[in-house]
Amino acid sequence: MLEISNIHTFYGGAHILHGVSLRVEAGEVVSLLGRNGAGKTTTIKSAIGLVRPRDGRITFDGTETTSWASHRICHLGLGYVPEERRIFSDLTVMENLEVGRRPARDDIPAWTTDTLFELFPNLAERRYNLGGHLSGGEQQMLTIARTLMGNPKLILLDEPSEGIAPVIIEKMAEVIAEFKAAGLTVLLSEQNLHFAKLVSDKAYIIESGEMRYEGTIAELEANSEVREKYLAV
Amino acid sequence: MAFYFAQLLTGMANASALFLVASGLSIIFGVTRVVNFSHGSLYMLGAYIAYSSMTVLPGIIGFWASILVAGLAVGLIGMIIEVCVLKPIYKAPELFQLVATFGVILVIQDMALLIWGPEDLFGQRAPGFEGVVEIFGERVPSYDLVLIVLAVVVLIGLWYLFTKTRVGILVRAATQDREMVSALGVNQSVLFSGVFFLGAFLAGIGGAAQLPKGSANLLMDFGILAPIFVVVVTGGMGSIWGAFVAAMLISVLQVYGIRFLPNSTLVLMFIVMAVVLVIRPWGLFGKPEAAGDHGSQGPPPKPFRQLDPSGRIIVAVIIAALTLVPLSGVNFLSVLFADIIIFCLFAASLHYILGVGGLVSFGHAAFYGGGAYVAALFVQYAGTPMELALMLAPLGAGFAALIIGWFCVRLTGVYFAMLTLACAQVLWSIVFQWDEVTGGDDGMLSIWPSAWASEPGVYYYLVLVLGVGGVLVLRAMAHTPFGYALRGTRDSALRTEAIGMNVKLIQWMAFVFAGAMAGLAGGLFVFAKGSVFPTEMEIATSFDALIMVFLGGVQSLTGPIAGASVFTLLQDWLSRFEYWRLLLGLLIIFIAILLPGGLAGAVDQVKALLGRAPKDEAAP
Repeated sequence: MLEISNIHTFYGGAHILHGVSLRVEAGEVVSLLGRNGAGKTTTIKSAIGLVRPRDGRITFDGTETTSWASHRICHLGLGYVPEERRIFSDLTVMENLEVGRRPARDDIPAWTTDTLFELFPNLAERRYNLGGHLSGGEQQMLTIARTLMGNPKLILLDEPSEGIAPVIIEKMAEVIAEFKAAGLTVLLSEQNLHFAKLVSDKAYIIESGEMRYEGTIAELEANSEVREKYLAV
Repeated sequence: MAFYFAQLLTGMANASALFLVASGLSIIFGVTRVVNFSHGSLYMLGAYIAYSSMTVLPGIIGFWASILVAGLAVGLIGMIIEVCVLKPIYKAPELFQLVATFGVILVIQDMALLIWGPEDLFGQRAPGFEGVVEIFGERVPSYDLVLIVLAVVVLIGLWYLFTKTRVGILVRAATQDREMVSALGVNQSVLFSGVFFLGAFLAGIGGAAQLPKGSANLLMDFGILAPIFVVVVTGGMGSIWGAFVAAMLISVLQVYGIRFLPNSTLVLMFIVMAVVLVIRPWGLFGKPEAAGDHGSQGPPPKPFRQLDPSGRIIVAVIIAALTLVPLSGVNFLSVLFADIIIFCLFAASLHYILGVGGLVSFGHAAFYGGGAYVAALFVQYAGTPMELALMLAPLGAGFAALIIGWFCVRLTGVYFAMLTLACAQVLWSIVFQWDEVTGGDDGMLSIWPSAWASEPGVYYYLVLVLGVGGVLVLRAMAHTPFGYALRGTRDSALRTEAIGMNVKLIQWMAFVFAGAMAGLAGGLFVFAKGSVFPTEMEIATSFDALIMVFLGGVQSLTGPIAGASVFTLLQDWLSRFEYWRLLLGLLIIFIAILLPGGLAGAVDQVKALLGRAPKDEAAP
């Protein structure tokens, strides 16, 4: 469904991604693992068009999107949940959701504020609060809910477990399992192997802007050498 | 009591146009992060278009329809400006957008002159509101009440738009994080154009609605520019309520001010702003701007290089050639080149604070004109000889920069820019309104050099020595430890502070130094011309300096010299044409879009193409 082939991405003069490739099939949950600064976020930002690869090709759902503006990629059905959450702090929870709202798609069930409040009951209680007044965990829920309002086919989750309490991490794992059950495709970047194991089918490992490993989660679990080399802190 | 209430109503009516225009500017800035300098021009166009429309559509319906027509037409013009001028340079540093919109001002000025001619065009009275109404026994023009109602209606309309409609919510979200809004599927391009339409629409309505109280004229654009900056900055950039409250506050104070301190009305407005900004640097209803919140502003600046041997030879040759100018025996050439050298010094001093220090000052003319006035005042009232006056000019200007800088360096970015502009306007208005001492609009005349330097050729050598000397000192100061520290504050204020340097103190000192050097240029100027007028201090002069620096290229120490030389020659040449502003404006816009490195950058590009790329290493 999402295919990144051999992309090279730069920030100014700095060469960040050196020919990164990955594939996500429909219905899969794929983890992109790697340490801080390995290039996970840049890969995800390249996919949603927030940075433009200088070389290489990105296709989503059979359409090449390499040089597209973010909003067009979003319209195709790619949803982006940023690492820093990027809640609109001056807008209420309801208004935050409104910004993400897009028309329903024929092939997947549409999300509404009601269904999202069922999934994230905490948000329902705080619907008229300003985004800036929510706790870190609530903001994490809100940023995901906001992206779901766009009825994406594939969600890019950038480090969803970063900086939130263990209880919420468990909740995130449940939410991702629900997505999978609902037929959503997910690409998540993670440093936390434990969390990735809970939710994903497949894993990639990136280091210094290059892909170093590709396999199923079960294979990765069996391969302690790779884990030591690329993931141990 | 009744009298004060009537005055209050007058103030509120005056606030109406100010609020409409300022809220438009504020909305545009909030989303696009562009301070649209041409917003005053849009206001002016509103008045002109309404005037023309009222001659075509007469009667009651014609009058009100014309206001709407003017708003829509100006909205469209605003959108055209956004698409043609700003869209290509959103990613460039903010100076580019400012300079480009300044180019738009020039273009609109000449277009208006071309279409409507130089005379003031007096609008018709509003049908049904020609008379006065009595309120508590005081007579108040009934159209004043219409204007107050209009402001309130627009305020409520905007409140509704921004809180109750999807478009408004998107605009507010984009004000905070436009990249995220785009990743959520909103087409930024359309949103930006839409916001420009709305902002320009409000300016157009503002211009059209004040037509019955005055005229459509060519001075409206600069006339309203300073007041709307004051309103927007006092109220807080991006805040509609702030614009409303500040417009009311300032206009009402203005009305009472005329009553009690008739000569200080211009100063009053800026004092209100300065007080607010010192207490709340982000304005009454604004929010502090988080650094780096809105994405990167172009590539990091290239380090300044000291001249290589071949560069030194070129400089020596140029200076040697300059010493030959008076030998031509043509006085006109000596005068022209003296002007160029003076402007080089002026531009180089602005570059020190802007290029080396990274602080965009919009009020640098305060110190240039300030130096000129200090010299002129000493000569006139103390009989000071030229030699001493030329020393006092930089001292006086430096002293002014010491005081103004103390306020200004507390702020950064556009707030810094606007506060410097406002402070410069305070000095300008003092000079302009204090007739008895400064001669006001008539300026100060007969400020001539000492006898030995009275020949243009001899005075030229004096300018050459002091001007070139000043430029070389400014250059050298970029390569001193102080210069390195200043560049550190520009590139990363946080890190500079973290290694134990006092960022604000460094910026303040740089501001004073740059101000003093501008004062020297001003001192040289006054003796070259023999007179000085308030125009040396006005906004347009500050802009001239900005354009010189910009034209030459901010990221080069040679830039301001090249820019000042080219600009002075260009202006000399272009002013032969009737519509020279149009040409200059278009040229500025093209340079902003096509030559992001300025002239010096273009030279580097050509060198790179020829395979002689300059080495990129830092200065030793």
